[in-house]
Amino acid sequence: MIALPPPKAEVLARREEIVAGLRALVPGDGVIAEPLRLRPYETDGLSAYRQPPLAVVLPTSTEQVAGVLRFLHENGVRVVPRGAGTSLSGGALPLADAVVVGLMRMNRILDVSFPDRLAVVEAGVTNLGITKAVEGEGFFYAPDPSSQLACMIGGNVMMNSGGAHCLKYGVTANNLLGVKFVTIEGEVIEVGGGHLDAAGYDWLGLITGSEGQLGLVTEVTVRILRAAEGQRAMLAAFRSTEVAGAAVDAIMASGVIPVALEFMDKPCIHACEAFAHAGYPLDAEAMLIIEVEGSGEEQDALLARLREICERFDPISMRVAASAEESMAIWKGRKGAFGAVGRISPDYLCMDGTIPTSELPHVLRRIGEMSAACGLGVANVFHAGDGNLHPLIMFDANDPESFAKAEVFGADILKLCVEVGGCLTGEHGVGVEKRDLMGVQFTRPELQQQRRVKEAFDPEWLLNPAKVFPLEGALAPAAH
Amino acid sequence: MSGEGSRIAPADEAGVSAAVAAAHAEGVPLAVEGRGTKAAMLRPVQAARTLSLRALSGITFYKPEEMVISARAGTPLEEVEAALAERRQRIVAEPPDLSALLGATGGGKGSIGGMVACNLSGPRRVAGFAMRDLVLGLRFVNGEGEVLRSGGRVHKNVTGLDLCKLLSGSHGTLAVITEVTLKVGPAPERTATLVLPVADEAAGVAALSAGLTSPFGVTGAAMLPEGASANGITGPVALLRLEDVEASVQYRMERLRAALPGGRVLEGDESRALWRAVRDAAPLAAAEGEAVWRLSVRPSLAPEAVAALRGIGARVMLDWGGGLVWVAGAATSAAHEAVMEAARRARGTFTLFRAPDPMRVSVPVIPDEVPALAALSGRVKAALDPGGRLNPGRMRAGV
Repeated sequence: MIALPPPKAEVLARREEIVAGLRALVPGDGVIAEPLRLRPYETDGLSAYRQPPLAVVLPTSTEQVAGVLRFLHENGVRVVPRGAGTSLSGGALPLADAVVVGLMRMNRILDVSFPDRLAVVEAGVTNLGITKAVEGEGFFYAPDPSSQLACMIGGNVMMNSGGAHCLKYGVTANNLLGVKFVTIEGEVIEVGGGHLDAAGYDWLGLITGSEGQLGLVTEVTVRILRAAEGQRAMLAAFRSTEVAGAAVDAIMASGVIPVALEFMDKPCIHACEAFAHAGYPLDAEAMLIIEVEGSGEEQDALLARLREICERFDPISMRVAASAEESMAIWKGRKGAFGAVGRISPDYLCMDGTIPTSELPHVLRRIGEMSAACGLGVANVFHAGDGNLHPLIMFDANDPESFAKAEVFGADILKLCVEVGGCLTGEHGVGVEKRDLMGVQFTRPELQQQRRVKEAFDPEWLLNPAKVFPLEGALAPAAH
Repeated sequence: MSGEGSRIAPADEAGVSAAVAAAHAEGVPLAVEGRGTKAAMLRPVQAARTLSLRALSGITFYKPEEMVISARAGTPLEEVEAALAERRQRIVAEPPDLSALLGATGGGKGSIGGMVACNLSGPRRVAGFAMRDLVLGLRFVNGEGEVLRSGGRVHKNVTGLDLCKLLSGSHGTLAVITEVTLKVGPAPERTATLVLPVADEAAGVAALSAGLTSPFGVTGAAMLPEGASANGITGPVALLRLEDVEASVQYRMERLRAALPGGRVLEGDESRALWRAVRDAAPLAAAEGEAVWRLSVRPSLAPEAVAALRGIGARVMLDWGGGLVWVAGAATSAAHEAVMEAARRARGTFTLFRAPDPMRVSVPVIPDEVPALAALSGRVKAALDPGGRLNPGRMRAGV
């Protein structure tokens, strides 16, 4: 289990006064303090951890956010920012003495410019909501995390979210032009805007992926892109993970980079097929979903080349979608992978390490050995082109021993990712989940350097404490 | 940068660390440079000691099938690009060779560390990635001499604060980069450029926008105004580039020409040579003694900015669909005021790229930050370089 810092007794003692102060700043029903109504905020996508906050505040404007942060800062109250609460790393997990600042009521699209290829939106607009606002003109917002129907752009910026299509289009950081950002002191700062590269320090790059450690983002200017004429997927099944891994290397070295290149292992193929009936090959040890873009003829030409590459690796079967509908069927299983695993196991932990792609066969073999040793099942999905691995560890949350084993198994996988030259997290963020593993990837001086940068923004450690950095000093849990 | 005083050029990272630690301990300001090709940019650094990364050179890691390359900071960019070209790969951000513009003796693109420290990208920036977006990992020495890392060698990595982005474009004022790991991409099979005569900047930017909002994956969108020329192409003309597999370029160029009729097409080497010129701002033909600015603006507001700059007798060229405005004009504070105003009105930023030294020290070479941000800048600088030894005054007076 991951320890949380001891709550500040003086803050808990002043709860009513703090709630009253918040109510003065955000009128109406924007402040939640009743225990029952706090329940929905006690966890996020990492539901094994639950902790009701002191209160929740739901501002409707940047000015209100600034007022709230100024007030909480003056009162020494910890702050937990929250978008849709879909974080898989516990990035929005509350603390008993913290106020959750939820940005879901800031959900307006403020400006769209097609000639300038940008949209200005509030932090609580959903990821898919941006695409919905511009798709009528043939545009889209590129990063596409699996939770895109629910997750909010403010949270995407805080976690630097990825998705299946970032092989071609990049992650959130590569698709931003600017943010409006509120410091813990309540100062509103605009960074970037409608232009590509700012002069001066790259605040936008530093803030993106900072997991709420540096400030709160209330407004975001994103790049919108004109969609290709069409896209189509193919599926290739192989008799071993090694062979599939070699096919991935050959594709990446060929100069034809697909827009998506997804890998699933046998347990994942079976779980997804039982769920989605997508016609996945159940005799395969590994399967690739490969997607290309362009006109119908361009798709044909690219898919023919990719087929040719896959054929060199003696595939069990290959299926090229003949239509957009068939593509959707191929994707249906992959997009439902997490839900599919949820059907065959009472609970699962979704891990998120990145590895050099050439290490895939080795890493999968080791994960298989660990799985056998601890007795917990695992299914692997993998953004193969960029090395981002998602092992889904199956366990039973009603059995504390099973959960403890799952956590150890997950930590061992992430240590393995670092050992082979990768990292702890490719797109889900460190959150609370991987906080105590940071010392595996970074030396102490490296972590201290990051802490000093954090302290330049938040010297009192009020912003999303107990996330990202192993607990130290005033945040360290009390000795028993 | 200053050239005066003592110079140190360590051949390994430990030497860099020792040099920085010594400067920190002794309270000696340190000018940090890669291969010195961009010394004329921004403000001159006055420092008793210069730390050159020139001797810290060589490619340390390259895996084409993973699209990753690492090199020590002082490695000439040409060396990295030659290694990539052998495997038909390239640096997607298209880093420029600004040695002619900046009057750098010896020429060339400079070092890989310098290119990252300056975050300079070429025409392909408009299609996606800036230099800083390609930095997967850095090794660096902070102002106290500690050897640290951020990022790594994998493509997706959100572990911890992204100091790679913070250091990219920080011009050596926060830390000394010692090794760079970049994401690279495949070289295209074919490249072609649509050369489209246009009436003026408004029509030119509209044509570029039409190309960039088409579904055809335009990877270059520049405009040579009236009077500017490159490789026999004379403005006013809009340039739209396609790069991809053979069949796609063929098909997409036909469609692009149908949408934007009246142009002609340059293929292969001719197309590549033209974009090298655009990349290096050669068509600007900045004269000796003139100042050069680089503005990053909202593309649709570029024509207005150009009109304002013409009013003070400056010459321009446009890239990034109008979002990048190169300006050459009189090296005077009046001209600088006009450029700052044009950038502000076009809702963008400016960089004084080159000017005589008296001008470089007397005007803000990049926009001032609002007080809250300036305070953060100071604290972040102190978090990395607590003694304020690294490249003092390079970006702003007194910082």
